[in-house]
Amino acid sequence: MRKTFISENPSILWFIGLLGLFTLAVVVGSEATGTGLISTSMVKTLGKTLCLCLIAIAMDVVWGYCGILSLGHFAFFGIGGYAIGMWLMYARTEIIVLNSLEGQIIPPTSQEVTDAIGNQIFGVVGSSEFPWLWALSDSLFLQLLMVALVPGLLALVFGWLAFRSRVTGVYLSILTQAMTLALSLWLFQNDSGLRGNNGLSGLQNIPGFEQTPQAVISLVFFLGSALALALGYLLFAWVVSGKMGSVVQGIRDNEARVRFLGYRVESYKLFIFTLTAVVSGIAGALYYPQAGIINPAELATIASIYLAVWVAIGGRGRLYGAVIGAAFVSLLSSWFTGGGAPAIDLGFYTILWTDWWLVLLGVSFVCVTLFFPKGIGGLFDYLIRKPS
Amino acid sequence: MFRHLLILALGLGLAGAVQAQDLQPVLQTHADEIAKPSRGSVSIALDDLIATGAPQVSDFLERWQNKGVWQRDDDGIFYFADESGDDLALQDIDSGAQLVVPADGFTQLKPNGGVRRLIGTALVQFQLTDPDADRRSTAVDSIARRPDESQLAPLLKSIDGEADKQLKARKIQLANFLSASFAPDASDRIAAINSMSTDTSIEARAVLNQILTVTTSVSATEPEGNVARILTVGGDLSQSEAYGRLVDAGLAPPVIAPNDIRDALAANVVDGRAGGMPTAQLNTQAAREKAYAALAQAGTVPPLVTMDEQRAATENHIFFERYTEETPAITEAARAALDRIETRVGVAQTVDLTLDALSLASIYFLAAIGLAITFGVMGVINMAHGEFIMMGAYTGYVVQLFVPDYTVSIIVALPLAFAITFAAGVVMERLVIRHLYHRPLETLLATFGISIALQQLAKNIFGTQARPLTSPAWLDGALVFSDVIQISYIRIAIFVLALLFLGLILFVLKRTRLGLEVRAVTQNPGMAASMGINPDRINMLTFGLGSGIAGIAGVAIGLYAKVTSEMGADYIVQSFMTVVVGGVGNVWGTLAGASLIGFLQKGIEWFNPSNTLAAQTYMVLFIILFIQFRPKGIVAQKGRAAAD
Repeated sequence: MRKTFISENPSILWFIGLLGLFTLAVVVGSEATGTGLISTSMVKTLGKTLCLCLIAIAMDVVWGYCGILSLGHFAFFGIGGYAIGMWLMYARTEIIVLNSLEGQIIPPTSQEVTDAIGNQIFGVVGSSEFPWLWALSDSLFLQLLMVALVPGLLALVFGWLAFRSRVTGVYLSILTQAMTLALSLWLFQNDSGLRGNNGLSGLQNIPGFEQTPQAVISLVFFLGSALALALGYLLFAWVVSGKMGSVVQGIRDNEARVRFLGYRVESYKLFIFTLTAVVSGIAGALYYPQAGIINPAELATIASIYLAVWVAIGGRGRLYGAVIGAAFVSLLSSWFTGGGAPAIDLGFYTILWTDWWLVLLGVSFVCVTLFFPKGIGGLFDYLIRKPS
Repeated sequence: MFRHLLILALGLGLAGAVQAQDLQPVLQTHADEIAKPSRGSVSIALDDLIATGAPQVSDFLERWQNKGVWQRDDDGIFYFADESGDDLALQDIDSGAQLVVPADGFTQLKPNGGVRRLIGTALVQFQLTDPDADRRSTAVDSIARRPDESQLAPLLKSIDGEADKQLKARKIQLANFLSASFAPDASDRIAAINSMSTDTSIEARAVLNQILTVTTSVSATEPEGNVARILTVGGDLSQSEAYGRLVDAGLAPPVIAPNDIRDALAANVVDGRAGGMPTAQLNTQAAREKAYAALAQAGTVPPLVTMDEQRAATENHIFFERYTEETPAITEAARAALDRIETRVGVAQTVDLTLDALSLASIYFLAAIGLAITFGVMGVINMAHGEFIMMGAYTGYVVQLFVPDYTVSIIVALPLAFAITFAAGVVMERLVIRHLYHRPLETLLATFGISIALQQLAKNIFGTQARPLTSPAWLDGALVFSDVIQISYIRIAIFVLALLFLGLILFVLKRTRLGLEVRAVTQNPGMAASMGINPDRINMLTFGLGSGIAGIAGVAIGLYAKVTSEMGADYIVQSFMTVVVGGVGNVWGTLAGASLIGFLQKGIEWFNPSNTLAAQTYMVLFIILFIQFRPKGIVAQKGRAAAD
């Protein structure tokens, strides 16, 4: 049989199949189309988790396969969220403003409408002018383009600068962390034009679908996230397989040797860095309409480190590992911090998991790094005997 | 007879002797003004009182001001009196004889606020020459608070007799301020202004700015008076501002704003049309203006002022600023003096900024030096370094719970913090880091896991609110060089501490056996091991040392910042930048990195003082760019050690 991409990577079929089954189960269980076993907020949580899985596989490709420990990918995620959030906020405010100006004897000029929208959106930061950043916010198409373009361009420029001067290893990690820090500090300012620490809110209301119940909207976003995850998985599985994948993994294992073999290491790294940044942006654009709000705290440096934690716990260097890690840790985290976990009464002290979850996570993370460098995904190696 | 004569003579003699100094007769001459003073009339009485030169005058004025003077209703004699219950403790104004009488039959003098102020002004000249230095300085302060023309002469008079040197200098300064503003002769004022040009105090600048107060106005003809400058429309003033001033001055009709146009149209809708146009079409500004023009033609609304009309109106007028001070020579002198002062202030500010930057740099140095040691020597990124800083600060806090004396507690806390974080560092190295050498990225992640666990642990133990770490009293306050240059003692202490540690670390690394071994392991662990050095032990001690210094930095930082479980996270990124910018594995590099970042941050803040967030953003961006051009930092390692 001729070797095809899929037959080379049976895990893809497994993954797509399981994802499909899971999606079907949620559709059947959701309030919108089925039995209502799964509440709308649960559908939202699951949809968000799928987006996190998507960025986790992007992180896995850039770190687990290419060896670049980027502590900046959550910044790209946030940029994607902001880009879509700008359109959502603009379009929705426009509808509200037009409705409120409806009854006036003299119809409003377009300038008056724009002013009123600006006043609504930027009132909280004491301004009513539209900053230049919002120039394209009235067009869904252009903002969707921004979702991919802005993280992509940022990654391209940043990566080009960094890889060109051969910044590698921990230096690169710190540099990407600095980039994230700079971005979140900038977003925290009121005059950066993105409403400072108020962030963008009301993103769960999709303009034009005011009458559609949230149950349906959340299910649509869930399906969208599942589709994006499947496509992203296929894309990355294709990228890391074949010759290109070998070069990329070669760079991870010994960059100098690959360079001496005549490969242009910088171009490969730049390509991977930029591609994963774009996917992160798309994941963010799907995530934040389900979360409903985005603010600069989401982009804090710690978020990008958590991303690395998920991937490490799930297992680096295998795409399904990243998915498992992201889903497992983020769902577990919301279970523990949401008060779902039962408190343990030791008699002299009661362990409340809202207080102790992070301690547990930190310690278990250290243990995983020390004892299970392959993560949860490594367990599969015991189940599947590799054909020799 | 003789006795009678004697008594008479005595009486006369006494009367004669006392007459020169008795106040009561003068008071009686002005009895009405004093009993019921008004701001207009009281000054005559005050002048006469002061003219007597009697020593009781200042006493009397003070009592009068504080409502301590009473008048007997029968004969109108004034007394000093203190009220106690229904009784009055009377005191004769001239003789000082005391008597307690019932309060009936006496009326208290209650001068109103305006009069009391006048009395106070009159009093100042007595207080300026008061034998008590405190009262003199209070008087000087009160003049400084409310400078007034009338105080100039008494102030000048009091300067020569002033014994206290400091107070004399202050009086001369104040006299200069007063004569700059109030001296009757223009040349005196200019001389006073010129003498102020070396004085950088805020007061001096305020006095000069007061002299340079301008009012803006507009006129159709060449402006008169002491003109400060002509404002150009389009440059100093925008077109709409300029027109707005014309409107304010009543020289032009007001502009009809877009909102007013809309409201006027809405008010004049007839049969769904306004100004002859269907309302549905009025959704552009041009259409609205056309409709409005139609209404204006019909006379129902005031006409629109077009842009051309506005421009023509502003072109026909001259906008200018005029000094309220009328003599040009004085304003010129004041301007020149102010310019000179500002140059001096600028220099002083630069010095102040340098001091600020120096103290910030020493904080960064303290926070980063421990990291630099572990990172440089062992190639280990310790993300939990910030949490060691936090542990040190909490150690200080806990010590203060047990040792109430702040000086002692700090002396105890510093070595204790070192010991605790040293131990924590050694434990961490043994348990975790040892297993992860040669896997730097995983060290980063594992230490990050430790960092979040420690942070949450601290939160669980100490709660989320900030805990105080109080500095000893002798570290309170600031070293003041001038109004502009000052630096708090805590920052000096931190600077000294940083210097101390720089010296200590250099000593340990260059002059001790341990330092020699550390350097050997840094350069080539394999070779060092074959020379009989135990790299394991060295790594452990180095890590402990780095962590211990973080603990001490924590105490120092806790003294001026709040101690919270997140304080470490605030410093970790900055510390990494310091290490990376400075160059890894070199104490001087860390020093250079800390100085660069400290000075840079203060410099950027100086350009944009209102926005510290922006300053940090720009600084991070600068660091990212900097690393592009010097990836190995300011002080780069050379040779084999430089290879990753």
